[in-house]
Amino acid sequence: MSFSFFVAAGFTVAGALAAMVLRNLIHCVLALVVGFAGLAAVYLQLGAQFVGLAQIFVYAGAVAILAAFVILLTQGVEHSTRPAAAMDWAVGALLACGVFAVLAWAVVRGVARLPIPAQPSDAGVHAIGDAMLHRFVLPLEVAGLLLTVALIGAVLLAMRDGEAGA
Amino acid sequence: MNPLTGYLLLAALLFSIGLAGVLTRRSAILMLVGMELMLNAANLNLIAFWRYGPNPARMTGVLFALFSIGVAAAEAAVGLGILVAVARRVRTTDVDQMNAMRG
Repeated sequence: MSFSFFVAAGFTVAGALAAMVLRNLIHCVLALVVGFAGLAAVYLQLGAQFVGLAQIFVYAGAVAILAAFVILLTQGVEHSTRPAAAMDWAVGALLACGVFAVLAWAVVRGVARLPIPAQPSDAGVHAIGDAMLHRFVLPLEVAGLLLTVALIGAVLLAMRDGEAGA
Repeated sequence: MNPLTGYLLLAALLFSIGLAGVLTRRSAILMLVGMELMLNAANLNLIAFWRYGPNPARMTGVLFALFSIGVAAAEAAVGLGILVAVARRVRTTDVDQMNAMRG
């Protein structure tokens, strides 16, 4: 538990919280980028450099920008920036607090029984590539197929009705 | 104290924030964002258990997290594509007003 962890965790939680409570949708997406970048810092701090970079590229880069594009694409329609009714809000927040309480209780109780880990290890890109192209080559191919299908599907879905037949 | 605790608590907090967002916000875009936060919390758990687990040299946690990121990217693309199509039809992104199939 180091100082750098607390800084990165603070950015992550602050960004995520802001993304969920701010009124302006664009501000929400910008806060989301901060949260994802903070999480990438946590990954780097854990020694998973490649996952941290993937987090920055995919989440802070692609997913957040995609969300911003969708907000702008649906500019003409009415955006729901109003908060939920006070009752709904209270129920949702209460449920989330309850879930966090149960998870935190399980973590604190459970981790105390685990042995303290011995030596840190690093996830070098070489080792990741080796595992990806040997043990995980089938999931890799399936993931590639899934991404191709998903991107074609997303374009077809977002197309206007008239263009689809052309 | 086991260093794993801090990471797992951070992941639990992130998951709860995402859950609260999905439950309280009425904008479909922000509900998708909340789901992304929950997926990120799961990824953080995978990486933390890989790092402090019994056999980090096998890279299982890292690979799981990488595939999870890939699937989440596909999910975000399809989800937002559906959202654009729905918003064009019903002229709103408020999930409370998407009630055409309400019984």
